[in-house]
Amino acid sequence: MSDITVVRAGPLTTVQDRGRPGWAHIGVAPSGAMDRDALAFGNRIVGNDPAAAALEATLVGPSLRFRVPALVALTGAESNATVSGHPAAANALVRVAPGEVLELRGLVAGVRAYICVRGGIDAEPALGSRSTDLMGGLGPPPLRDGDALRIGAEPRTPPDPQAEAPTSPPGVPVLRVVAGPREDWFAPGALEALCASTWRVDPASNRIGLRLRGPKLERVNHGELLSEGLVTGAIQVPPSGQPIVLLNDHPTTGGYPVLAAVQSDDVALTAQLGPHSALRFALSP
Amino acid sequence: MSEIDLRRAGDRGALLDLADNGAAVRVARRLSASGRFLDVVPGHRTVLVTWTDDPPHEEILALAAEALAVPDERAPTRTVEIPAGYGGPDLDEVARLCGCSAEEVVSRHLASEYTVAFLGFAPGFGYLVGGDPRLTVPRLDVPRPRVPAGTVAIAGPYSGVYPRESPGGWRLIGATAVTLFDPARTPPALLAAGDAVRFVPE
Repeated sequence: MSDITVVRAGPLTTVQDRGRPGWAHIGVAPSGAMDRDALAFGNRIVGNDPAAAALEATLVGPSLRFRVPALVALTGAESNATVSGHPAAANALVRVAPGEVLELRGLVAGVRAYICVRGGIDAEPALGSRSTDLMGGLGPPPLRDGDALRIGAEPRTPPDPQAEAPTSPPGVPVLRVVAGPREDWFAPGALEALCASTWRVDPASNRIGLRLRGPKLERVNHGELLSEGLVTGAIQVPPSGQPIVLLNDHPTTGGYPVLAAVQSDDVALTAQLGPHSALRFALSP
Repeated sequence: MSEIDLRRAGDRGALLDLADNGAAVRVARRLSASGRFLDVVPGHRTVLVTWTDDPPHEEILALAAEALAVPDERAPTRTVEIPAGYGGPDLDEVARLCGCSAEEVVSRHLASEYTVAFLGFAPGFGYLVGGDPRLTVPRLDVPRPRVPAGTVAIAGPYSGVYPRESPGGWRLIGATAVTLFDPARTPPALLAAGDAVRFVPE
């Protein structure tokens, strides 16, 4: 039985929850919502368990026909959403009646929107998570037009329409980084260059990695690094000298040297950065 | 313990540089058995450790030292047999690169006992070392966009089996029907770092 029919999937809409950390030793990425604060906020509004899964839309939101009454919250990037043609407020409790269509459009003020439904999106969990892993092929595949989605069981906690919205500081985001583990593979000054420059997001970026454009980061060691484990947020530098920040669906091991790694709490600041957005890094002690 | 070099990997991770893969496997097993960490990821000669709260650097170093104090005989390992049929699209090219016949490539590949050095690239993909050094071939210049699940492949010092259809730059010499990764199975991955692996004729 389907509770929701996907009328239009959008370019990339996936099911995401808090992901599946703890399986990196067998090659499984953590995955999970890129903007974890937006997911948590949406789940609070509709009264879901924090582990409930939602839909993560990218650049353009989907259009969904509900077959059952539902309570929904739209968080993250905004999209001038409508329910059967009437404006649906962002960051608020939205009621959808059976037969109505929730339609999101091109996203503004960010590139990822979350559609949180009371009860959560039900899908077969893999290794304890319903998240789609684009790299490893785990979890449900990205939504396609015509797909049927199920809503999970009614949670015990009531909705919380007054839940406080997460805030993000205005201006160009500054991500704190910890040097290493392979800063000794780079020319003196590479770390300074990383932190002194304003970087631009390459349009080829995705859930696997944020590809950056800026000055070339020079290596002194041009040998082949034996593959080693990679943390989420690791700033890997391939021979081009253009860094890649590894994100939620990243490979668990790799052989490009890692100059520095973004602090865990700052990785999600990348979630709403669209093509050509600016960002900076700051070295933390 | 001068042989352990701990490097920071972000604010909640550390990378241990170790002498060889055997040391990496032993240290990873000890750290993993402690149940104290989020992820313990062996690499070729490293172990990555991550955690969720305060940095446990002292504890990591103590556990690693403990693991390395054990005499360096490989801890008892499982041997995993992988039935394989040979004849992949690159078998003849591998034979040419190695200066031998395709039959010799197959017999050499079957003759070795491999060790799973570490996993990565894809869920359940093990990097197997210990193969015949005469079968050392470079990766393809241009990776294939699609390599079928179960393909047996070699590149550099490694052998491996693709758990699912994916892009791949290794040279394809055979295929197996064995399932290397199934999230519904316990454990989900057929291979673990430190396992011994033999390919057997299908």
